[in-house]
Amino acid sequence: MAQAPTTPPAVVHQEEHEKTTTGLNHKKLLMWAFLASDCMFFGTLIATYLVYKGKSKVGALPEDVFSIPVTSVSTFVLLMSSMSMVLAYAALRRGSLKGFRIWLLSTILLGSTFLGFQVFEFYEFVNHEVTIDCHEFAANPDGFSPFEAGIAGDECTEGVDEYEGTHGLTPRTNLFGTTFFTLTGLHGTHVTIGVIWLLGLFFYSFKKGAVTPARHLDTDLAALYWHFVDVVWIIIFPVVYLFGVFEGFPT
Amino acid sequence: MATEQMTDDHTLAAGPNGAAEGSHSEHPTPLTYFKVAMTLVVLTILEVVLFLIDALSYGIIPVIAILSIAKFALVGLFYMHLRFDHRLFYTMFVVGLFLALGVVFAIMGLFSWFDV
Amino acid sequence: MTSLSVPMIKRPVHPVGAWGWITTIDHKKIGIMYGITAFINFLIGGIEAIIMRAQLSGSNADIVSPEVFNQLFTMHGTTMIFLAVMPLGAAFFNYLIPLQIGARDVAFPRLNAFSYWVFLAGTLMLHLSWFMGEAPNAGWFAYAPLTSTAFNPGHGVDFWIVSLQVLGIASLAAAFNFIVTIINMRAPGMHMMRLPLFTWMTLITAILLVLAFPVITVALLELLFDRNYGMNFFFTAAGGDPVLWQHLFWVFGHPEVYILILPAMGIVSEILPTFSKKPLFGYSTVILAGVIIAFMGWLVWSHHMFTVGLGPIPNTVFTITTIAIAVPTGIKIFNWIFTIWKGSVEFRTPMLFAVGFIVTFTIGGISGVMHAMSASDAQQQDTYFVVAHFHYVLFGGAIMGIFGALYYWFPKYSGKMYNEGQGKTHFWLMFIGQNLTFFPMHFLGMDGMPRRIYTYGADMGWTEVNALQTAGSIVIVLSVLVFMKNFIQSWRSGKQAPGDPWDARTLEWSISSPPPEYNFEEIPIVQDRDDWWARKRGLVPRIAPSGASGDGHGIHMPQPSFWPLVAAIGIFVGAWGVIYSVPVLIIGAGIMIFGVYAWSFEPVNDPESEASTASGDAN
Repeated sequence: MAQAPTTPPAVVHQEEHEKTTTGLNHKKLLMWAFLASDCMFFGTLIATYLVYKGKSKVGALPEDVFSIPVTSVSTFVLLMSSMSMVLAYAALRRGSLKGFRIWLLSTILLGSTFLGFQVFEFYEFVNHEVTIDCHEFAANPDGFSPFEAGIAGDECTEGVDEYEGTHGLTPRTNLFGTTFFTLTGLHGTHVTIGVIWLLGLFFYSFKKGAVTPARHLDTDLAALYWHFVDVVWIIIFPVVYLFGVFEGFPT
Repeated sequence: MATEQMTDDHTLAAGPNGAAEGSHSEHPTPLTYFKVAMTLVVLTILEVVLFLIDALSYGIIPVIAILSIAKFALVGLFYMHLRFDHRLFYTMFVVGLFLALGVVFAIMGLFSWFDV
Repeated sequence: MTSLSVPMIKRPVHPVGAWGWITTIDHKKIGIMYGITAFINFLIGGIEAIIMRAQLSGSNADIVSPEVFNQLFTMHGTTMIFLAVMPLGAAFFNYLIPLQIGARDVAFPRLNAFSYWVFLAGTLMLHLSWFMGEAPNAGWFAYAPLTSTAFNPGHGVDFWIVSLQVLGIASLAAAFNFIVTIINMRAPGMHMMRLPLFTWMTLITAILLVLAFPVITVALLELLFDRNYGMNFFFTAAGGDPVLWQHLFWVFGHPEVYILILPAMGIVSEILPTFSKKPLFGYSTVILAGVIIAFMGWLVWSHHMFTVGLGPIPNTVFTITTIAIAVPTGIKIFNWIFTIWKGSVEFRTPMLFAVGFIVTFTIGGISGVMHAMSASDAQQQDTYFVVAHFHYVLFGGAIMGIFGALYYWFPKYSGKMYNEGQGKTHFWLMFIGQNLTFFPMHFLGMDGMPRRIYTYGADMGWTEVNALQTAGSIVIVLSVLVFMKNFIQSWRSGKQAPGDPWDARTLEWSISSPPPEYNFEEIPIVQDRDDWWARKRGLVPRIAPSGASGDGHGIHMPQPSFWPLVAAIGIFVGAWGVIYSVPVLIIGAGIMIFGVYAWSFEPVNDPESEASTASGDAN
């Protein structure tokens, strides 16, 4: 084997800013390369979702389960978390460690709220309740979605006035469930990692000298990741939720 | 062969204020960040309102797409500092983004999403 | 700093022996470990190939069962691509990139060690599937729905999914590292258009990796969810479309073939100028061609799917883009030929491999253009013609390039000279052997012999040609044995190598063989594209040394660390957990998180040796 000479004595001497060819920080460059890579990750997931849109054979569809008002609120929450993140960063650059902590904590709370909304949404979908007025169905069957009409057709036998039952949407139910839970679930995973990262940063900031205006790189990297997770949601919200009303596509 | 000076390094060399963390001399103020956030909220509300107008039907797709792209760009340019930071970061991100977009649209095309 | 670091195990300072290798973060040692592991994988993949060749040597042979044959071709393909060719390329990235750009290490030395250990974890996962009941058997591109639990119960496919996922983590980590290293760690004066060609091709390969691997990551996740959680991605009864798997696989898969071949192209572009005593012909054109190949690699994937029935328009579009990709490839081939043209050519072993590469790779390229035509491909799809094509480009291309590199840089990494006579014997045996093995496959394919069949009848008329191919594969085995003998003997007791045995051109030859741990006593100031060559000949003014002591004192190298290994062990354990049990997955994740946590709070250098001025910028 190659015999390398003995290591020169290691002396701690690290400059705060390494001299690099481009003058850019190594880690920040890595972060951007990672974000470019993550674009492909979500791009592939969205492609899968769209290819299977309108191809489900059974079960609930977007129009049956989505609640746009609720998701709009959670979208708002995530957008606000992005703002508080950038304000945390700005506070740090200004030299206000207190402001930094307050905004960072707000970001963490807003991020957790978004995750709470997602858990609530997933729970609602999995335990989706269907209530059908059988008389109304008899009078106007076209007013029901194919999913509800299918249930009504099975359940509204003679003498049944109203049917109530759980017809949940799980990842196994149909292609919509499979692709929806995978896409939004992996986005939620990204948010979760972000929350943990920011929490780590929050506690780290209590260590003396760990987070200072001069040493803002750790915050910068966490913020980049956080905003990226936000822009992914900016795409998911219209593509998955708002366009969810369309059964298929105009061809 | 070696004497030719390629222009390449100009794109990669740091400017006078490009050291370590990129230039922050013209760093936006918290007020700018707040304005951006409000724009994002307004655009989101606009998206939802458009969604609620049934009459527009498929017509909402291009409009909401443009609004979302605007939101995406605002976060990228201001919150992620792409507007103020080194061009290399911008280039790297845009390469990944456009390739991803290309793959999405190509696969949609191959699954007859578009009438070709 | 110490309050947050994990003080349970003392950090190694100057480890020796095996511990020195385990905790190393030196890019050269990591490169050697990559190389040795990948070469063992190459041998394992070769043994799998030889068993298949034995089975096919005569009609109706009964050496292995059809089931085992399926596992053999799946494992052969997966092993050679992901465990041999890619990491053999990575071995040279690791060893050479810092040397070629005039740096002391890569940008993230511990991440580099992590890449290796995760790669080893993925390697073990895949090979262990043989011992865990069943190896994957759905082919290296694992088309749905053959991979569904209905057609493929057992854990074979799960092992395939999980090991590729683990290998993906390793490749991505390494690719990020090399992108940053090449952009950010160049010596003064080494601007992008002075980078050695191998470094350029590494950069392009790394960018391709970073963009292509997420696609297969998602595809594998979807398949994993289908198999283990009953989801419907590729489940036809629920409306899932197996063609989506094919698209996702090849969106990744086609850039992947350039990930395999571009490093070899870089290697050849280094060897040819050195042994022709001429600068590379059309340096910027070769780079531009590489960039164009990388870009166009994204526009051609459906040529793997011409017979799926995508319709005339997609088939036409992908035919055109695929044929067009021959243009930048052709440019490179002409540049190489013109590099040799009128040079004072010296046919040492690396040069033989480089020239052999041009010949065999061009043959493979031409057959590639043949099935780029969707109409003509309809006859060639899934026949031995295709097998002939990709063995010409991957064996005749990538492997030939890698063997060229193994000889060319042998003095550098071992500090010894190899035996030239044995090297030449190796080349000629391998060159003859591979043509005997793979060229007749063209005819078999045209005659309709499908790939992946475990046997054929005597009446098909394929027996003699197949026997010839098996004989050819034995010649390849002999050539590899000659190589191994040469390699081991020379490394043990070869002649001491000088720093620059070939009168070469790039920076790695300006230092001793093997290089000191810190690579460059003084970071060179680069003034020319072939800086070392120009310096040797006085073409550029010599910059006076700044008075370094000559023994490397005062050079601060990052310290060894075992946390990358701990994190990788966590991934290995977690990967088992994905297949067998959730608690094991949680334990693995815990180990990994612990490793990453300790790693991120471990300063680059020992915190005990001085009041901590080290930044928290642990990488």
